[in-house]
Amino acid sequence: MSPAGLSFVAALVGLGLAAVAGFALPGAARPAVVGALSAVSGCAALVAGVGALAGQAWSVSLPGVLPLSGLVFAIDPLGGMFVAVTGGVVAAAAVYGVGYTGHGLSGRLPQSVFPVFAAAMLLVPAAATVGALLVCWELMAVASLLLVVTEHRERPEVASAGRWYAVMTHLGFAAILAGLMLFAAAAPGDSFAALRAAAPGMTPGSRTVVFVLVLAGFASKAGIVPLHAWLPRAHPEAPSHVSALMSAAMVNLGIYGIIRVGFDLLGGGARGWWIAVLAVGAVSALYGILQAAVATDLKRLLAHSTTENMGLVLVGVGAAGIFATSGERVLAGLALVAALLHTVNHAAFKTLLFLAAGSVLRATGSRDLDALGGLRARMPATTLLFGVGALAASALPPGTAFVSEWLLLQALVHGLPASGAVTAIAMPLSVAVVALTAGLAVVTFVKAFGTGFLARPRSEAAARAAESPRGMVAGMVLAAGACGVLALAPTVVVSALGRATAIGRLAADPISGNAVTVRLGGVAGALSPLMLAVALLAGVIVVLGALRLLASRRARREARLWDCGAGPPTPRMEYTATSFAEPVQRVFDNVLRPEQDVEVTHADESRYLVAAIEYRRAVPDRVERRLYVPVLTALRAWGRAARGLADGSVHRYLGYGFGAVTVLLIVLAVTR
Amino acid sequence: MNVVTPVAQVLVVAGGSPLLVGVMRQVRARLEGRAGPGVGQPWRDLRKLLRKEPITPRGTSEVFRLAPLVLAATTLVAAAASPFLATTSALDPIADLFAVVAVLTLGAVVLALAGLDTGTAFGGMGASREMTITALVEPTLLMATFALSVRVGSTNLGAITTATLHDPGRVLSPVSLLAVVALAVAVIAETGRLPVDNPSTHLELTMVHEAMILEYAGPDLALVEWASAMRLTVFLGLLATLFAPFGIAVTASPSALALAAAAFALKVTVLGVALAVAEVFLAKLRLFRVPELLAGSFLLGLLAVAASFFLA
Amino acid sequence: MWRLWRKIRKTGRVAEPAPARPAGPLTSVAARLGGSVQIRHVDAGSCNGCEVEIGSAFGPVHDAERYGARLVASPRHADALLVTGAVTRNMVEPLRRTYDAVPGPKLVVAVGDCARDCGVFKGAYGVVGSVGDVLPVEVSVPGCPPTPEAITAALRGITGR
Ligand code: SF4
Repeated sequence: MSPAGLSFVAALVGLGLAAVAGFALPGAARPAVVGALSAVSGCAALVAGVGALAGQAWSVSLPGVLPLSGLVFAIDPLGGMFVAVTGGVVAAAAVYGVGYTGHGLSGRLPQSVFPVFAAAMLLVPAAATVGALLVCWELMAVASLLLVVTEHRERPEVASAGRWYAVMTHLGFAAILAGLMLFAAAAPGDSFAALRAAAPGMTPGSRTVVFVLVLAGFASKAGIVPLHAWLPRAHPEAPSHVSALMSAAMVNLGIYGIIRVGFDLLGGGARGWWIAVLAVGAVSALYGILQAAVATDLKRLLAHSTTENMGLVLVGVGAAGIFATSGERVLAGLALVAALLHTVNHAAFKTLLFLAAGSVLRATGSRDLDALGGLRARMPATTLLFGVGALAASALPPGTAFVSEWLLLQALVHGLPASGAVTAIAMPLSVAVVALTAGLAVVTFVKAFGTGFLARPRSEAAARAAESPRGMVAGMVLAAGACGVLALAPTVVVSALGRATAIGRLAADPISGNAVTVRLGGVAGALSPLMLAVALLAGVIVVLGALRLLASRRARREARLWDCGAGPPTPRMEYTATSFAEPVQRVFDNVLRPEQDVEVTHADESRYLVAAIEYRRAVPDRVERRLYVPVLTALRAWGRAARGLADGSVHRYLGYGFGAVTVLLIVLAVTR
Repeated sequence: MNVVTPVAQVLVVAGGSPLLVGVMRQVRARLEGRAGPGVGQPWRDLRKLLRKEPITPRGTSEVFRLAPLVLAATTLVAAAASPFLATTSALDPIADLFAVVAVLTLGAVVLALAGLDTGTAFGGMGASREMTITALVEPTLLMATFALSVRVGSTNLGAITTATLHDPGRVLSPVSLLAVVALAVAVIAETGRLPVDNPSTHLELTMVHEAMILEYAGPDLALVEWASAMRLTVFLGLLATLFAPFGIAVTASPSALALAAAAFALKVTVLGVALAVAEVFLAKLRLFRVPELLAGSFLLGLLAVAASFFLA
Repeated sequence: MWRLWRKIRKTGRVAEPAPARPAGPLTSVAARLGGSVQIRHVDAGSCNGCEVEIGSAFGPVHDAERYGARLVASPRHADALLVTGAVTRNMVEPLRRTYDAVPGPKLVVAVGDCARDCGVFKGAYGVVGSVGDVLPVEVSVPGCPPTPEAITAALRGITGR
């Protein structure tokens, strides 16, 4: 067995032990043991994934476990990358989870399900048969559902979120199941190797049906518009370290599925598929970030931003597909590396941000940005770490997402002449979407950091916040470290990712570079994130030196805030998250369609005196309104009609039975 | 390693940008029938501000204190990386148009955070407006960048300038002309000039940039003012270098650099004077009309990209 | 636009030629400002007559800006406070706070008779006193209202240009 395989198995064993420990140990010892075991397993999985990326293949076959073909697990570089990402996220979340135990989180159920969820997420990218993939996928869905509803006793929204999640994840599962079953029916077996061999023999039509079904299923897991409705509900309501697992690791597996089936198993397919992927990706990116920009619930904001980032990843995947189908292998590889790098980066910073949001939630009991503020004084570590995450998320140097979005833009820019009019229209629009998304991401995270952590506290709870225990901070530091490495030395990761893209019709290693500079192979382009960071640092030092030289040495004086000479400005005068985002909301009024409503109550004596003004505003999810509500209404109407048929009379039921048999007999008679 | 060029560029931009602002104010004053305080006034203002007492408003944090430093550092990096004086430089790996734009955006973000950090109504208001404009400028900037990079096949600033140097006729192509208009609008919005923001307003309700820095005093304010002058210079310099890189040094010899510095100063001054003259004729747009302006310039950028493909 | 351009051409320069610089050495604070004085104007209770004159001192004809003085929006940006009017009860505290908000070195200019010695409002029930009773006044400009020339001259005494 290769070292990668060994550590993969070790990770699974460790998680199994953790699950048992979470069930069997007494309450006090539970979080520490489960956390430690899961963290170690996460690290082992990270090692396994990195090993697989470095070329250590591994596979195991368990013929007896499932009827028909049994289970086969194998890690190749592509799967290895997702195993590594999941492992890293699990490690950080598990360390964090040791300290994050309020609200019944140290209970038997959450503590034993957490490792199961982690294990399922590790197994999905390692599955090498349709059966194994589906079993692990379902295990992952059920485990995450159980974790989402952990706090259902405390908040009614949790139950509703759980219902949404349960229904949508199972609809997605059904789509994947149908797609893969159709696919497997055309192949001699259900192993991926058999599917790969059978794909060229299928008709284009049936391949397209398979792809569309699978795309719908996987995209709903990745929170892609219009199948995203569950994500901004379920991710925020889960306990924060579970949110991190879901938003940073689980959504990636949707991307994995699309890449695996589309590029690898189906072997590329038609250009139309990838244009569709690009389009849904672009729409998701824009829609997600717009919702995030106007959100005031910190965790909901992060969940919407997940939709945005997965959209960006799909833009890269779609572009890779378009290039691959028109024979531009280098560009395709570049676009796919950009997509994968963005997946990795997103995992790092989203883990960090969700964990930090969890700390805020624990310290203040609130996720509402309008009620937070001023946390920097009471929670310096969390503030700093959230700041690192916000910088990483907002595509600014020296941040993490900057590198991957730069790569993505390079692929799109160079792809303009690739395949005629299609790319000539698609690429500029994609660049525009990526750019607008980047701009709005800046607004979103300036808002989240600026109104949530800076300024003055807007509520009692925020004023009384206290720093999180050391374990939680350690978990965040791990994630922040990953962000730092990815931001400053992306070349380390990028060359490994090049190997992961060596699937289907893509080129391997589209990007080279030394430790400092990312250099694109085949097209002109180079960037050195490390040099940029050093230059910024040097700039700060130069400015500081100039200031020392030129400025007065007078001592700093503390003065009251400039309040126009009137009384001190109260926190109620501060800009809140809502007011901060108001201009953006106004600009995008036509897309967001916010609902606002002003109610003026006049005083009794005279209608010229105003007693109270009430202002209400909500930004509903428009896609949801337009798409889901009609379907749900129709379903409900249908259900009501069906209830009319069942009125409890036995005679009627006998009549139904008789009618059914008669109809059946007639049908049989006619078709025979 | 050619470190002379970046250092020279930083010196030219750092020393010259207050003079540019002085020239622009003087032009405006003359057109308004005034005498004007003289070209050196911004430098006098900076000298005085540096000698004044620094103030820390109560309740602000390190973010507020460090923001001017980072803001100035980002503009210095942009000034050092862009090929203002010579096409080759030690900083070539970061002389990417996307990277330079992102670095300059970082400066705006830091200042917005400082505005929010004060917790005053005006700080938040300025930050909110500035960020909204930044978010909308970003697509326009990148689209114009895209249009320029298509014909070169690279987004590296040095490569784009070299290509234009070798084929000056390109400057008059429809792609270039569309892109220059798009970029000019974006530059005006990014540097907070009329009609997007009024740099000399005293009316808090109409402020964008000024509102964020109302709490700064003394050396901190000097840094902010100096950095915004440098930002203006860098953006105008980018505009000049991308569309008219003439006079730029191809070697790093001192005489070539000196000549290039003179040419650069001339180009940027001409652009600055043109901007100042145009501002006399313009009134500030309502904040919610600004997106329309930017959407228009975005459309021009998109047209430029389309033209670069279909006319190629 | 064309009409505006023609108007600019026709009007030409309206700023009057600068009179001779007022004699006398600069005070120590003014000397440290080195020819650049940012001014925050505070109306401590004036009848707005002085404001009109200040406005005209900064208008194109007298163009106080050419001597290095400039009005700014925040006391944090200022070096000098230009205070007009007798200090009313409601403005005592805001005036003190404004002075406190200005970073040193700083100075106060009292513009108009009201600011100097309460002028016609002396002894009125809402008036606390002159500006000098509340803040250390460095320069005062007499007149009710003072002429723009006088205000400009006083400002030149601080900028030294
Ligand atoms: S000095 Fe005269 S003009 Fe000035 S405020 Fe007093 S009364 Fe009004």
